[in-house]
Amino acid sequence: MSSQIKTQELEVNMGPQHPSTHGVLRVIIKLDGEVVREATPVIGYLHRGMEKTAEKRTYFQFMPLTDRFDYLTSMLNSALYCQTVEKLCGMEVSRRAEYIRVIMMELNRISSHLVFVGTFGLDLGATTPFIYCFREREAILDLFEEAAGARMTFNYMRPGGVAQDLPAGFDRKCRDLLKKLPALLREYDDLLSDNRIFRERTRGVGVLEAGDAVNWGASGPVLRASGVDYDVRKADSYSVYSELDFDAVVRTEGDCLARYLCRTEEMRQSIRIIEQALDGLPEGPVSAKINMNLKAPAGEAYHHIESARGDMGCYIVSDGSTKPVRLKWRAPSFANLNIISKLIPGWKVADAVAIIGSVDIVLGEVDR
Amino acid sequence: MGVMDLQSEGAIVTTKLDTLVNAARSSSLWYMLFGLACCAIEMMATGAARYDFDRFGMIFRASPRQCDLMIVAGTVTKKMAPRVRRLWEQMAEPRYVLAMGSCAVSGGPFYDSYAVVKGVDQIVPVDMYVPGCPPRPEALLQGVLELQRRIRSGEIPPVRPVEPPPRPDLAYDGERAS
Repeated sequence: MSSQIKTQELEVNMGPQHPSTHGVLRVIIKLDGEVVREATPVIGYLHRGMEKTAEKRTYFQFMPLTDRFDYLTSMLNSALYCQTVEKLCGMEVSRRAEYIRVIMMELNRISSHLVFVGTFGLDLGATTPFIYCFREREAILDLFEEAAGARMTFNYMRPGGVAQDLPAGFDRKCRDLLKKLPALLREYDDLLSDNRIFRERTRGVGVLEAGDAVNWGASGPVLRASGVDYDVRKADSYSVYSELDFDAVVRTEGDCLARYLCRTEEMRQSIRIIEQALDGLPEGPVSAKINMNLKAPAGEAYHHIESARGDMGCYIVSDGSTKPVRLKWRAPSFANLNIISKLIPGWKVADAVAIIGSVDIVLGEVDR
Repeated sequence: MGVMDLQSEGAIVTTKLDTLVNAARSSSLWYMLFGLACCAIEMMATGAARYDFDRFGMIFRASPRQCDLMIVAGTVTKKMAPRVRRLWEQMAEPRYVLAMGSCAVSGGPFYDSYAVVKGVDQIVPVDMYVPGCPPRPEALLQGVLELQRRIRSGEIPPVRPVEPPPRPDLAYDGERAS
């Protein structure tokens, strides 16, 4: 009898206003009962025209806008932009500035992954980790606030160095926090990683094969959770990462749980990096004297770094004037987002939420 | 509002029904979980442990039909604007709008971008503006407390006529725009 019942596919819009799409993502899903047959992400709801705006701003004027690409990792964005401008102009950066940048970038990576852990828990119905994660995130933001003066959108990096030296007492406060963090991260293991409901909902869900991950241009924890050992910090080392000892976290399962565990382990690696950077922090100047109306020599430069979401790149073309002719941002979230149309079909709606959450996209970066 | 202490056991409070309703209304402003951009993260931080929105009766809801307050947290782009207007129309009255951050107030750092609506007040009426890029949680809290005060005092009437948006070309898309 049941084989004679005719069913019909139902098309449902998930988003752009939906609590689990992490912003203004819209996913058109075709449902067969509760099983998703097709998922098509629709983007552009946060397209702010930043790359075009860059052409109207001088190199220094565009600095604050870089913070707003991926607003969870502002330090990494502005560091990438500064490093690209430095490459374009052939500028040297003092070693102290490089170390401060690494400290800030890794702290930012931790704070970004904390938001991921919190919101991923929220997506799967666990409210408590969200409160815990934001408690720790506030402690990191306090450090940023002391150094840069802002909680988000810091505008701390500058071509040629950083805006100002670390404030007095930063070293001690940072070390205190790093000492506390491992115990706090274990709390999340108790709440999420070892939680049976959480594991059941993430283990084996949305498995991404290594070959697919490479073909779709995935990077960051999404790629490494599928068993591909590619971390820009190791593969194409930049700044002073080659002097620091850390591991690229690789897992082989490729499911939602692996992507989650990759990020929690990355936080522990970041703690290692920051400790070493604090130990090895050299003395010296932190910024170079640069004309605010910086004229970059005609030419082009591309630089890429490992952001919290993956391989983030910046491409600048200059014609020798004070403004870039073209600026292109390689957003890891954009490439990672596309994979959901491959991962979601065949899973139920609730799993679709888990898969979107585990890819960890930031729409500010996807749409730019 | 007056208080009469008649006996030692208790007191009688005399008040107008409007005052009582306004007090209740202002003390449970459920807001829509509606993050557009960077400011949404600060809105989440305001709802989390340190700043604790809940103690002011602010609880987030995912559906516009359960909400009293729309916190427009982030850049309203031209593609998103009709959706913002529709979400606002789906909210039950009395409804309030708080524009959080420079983008929602006036376009902010994207003042010359081709894709951005220069202020959410061009598509929905705004009751409170909180500047900042993004505003600190304290600023958002102050904006909300001020909004609560205005609701309590009756400065913002509960029933308001629905005005057409200043920029209907931005507020509607498709057939409704023409």
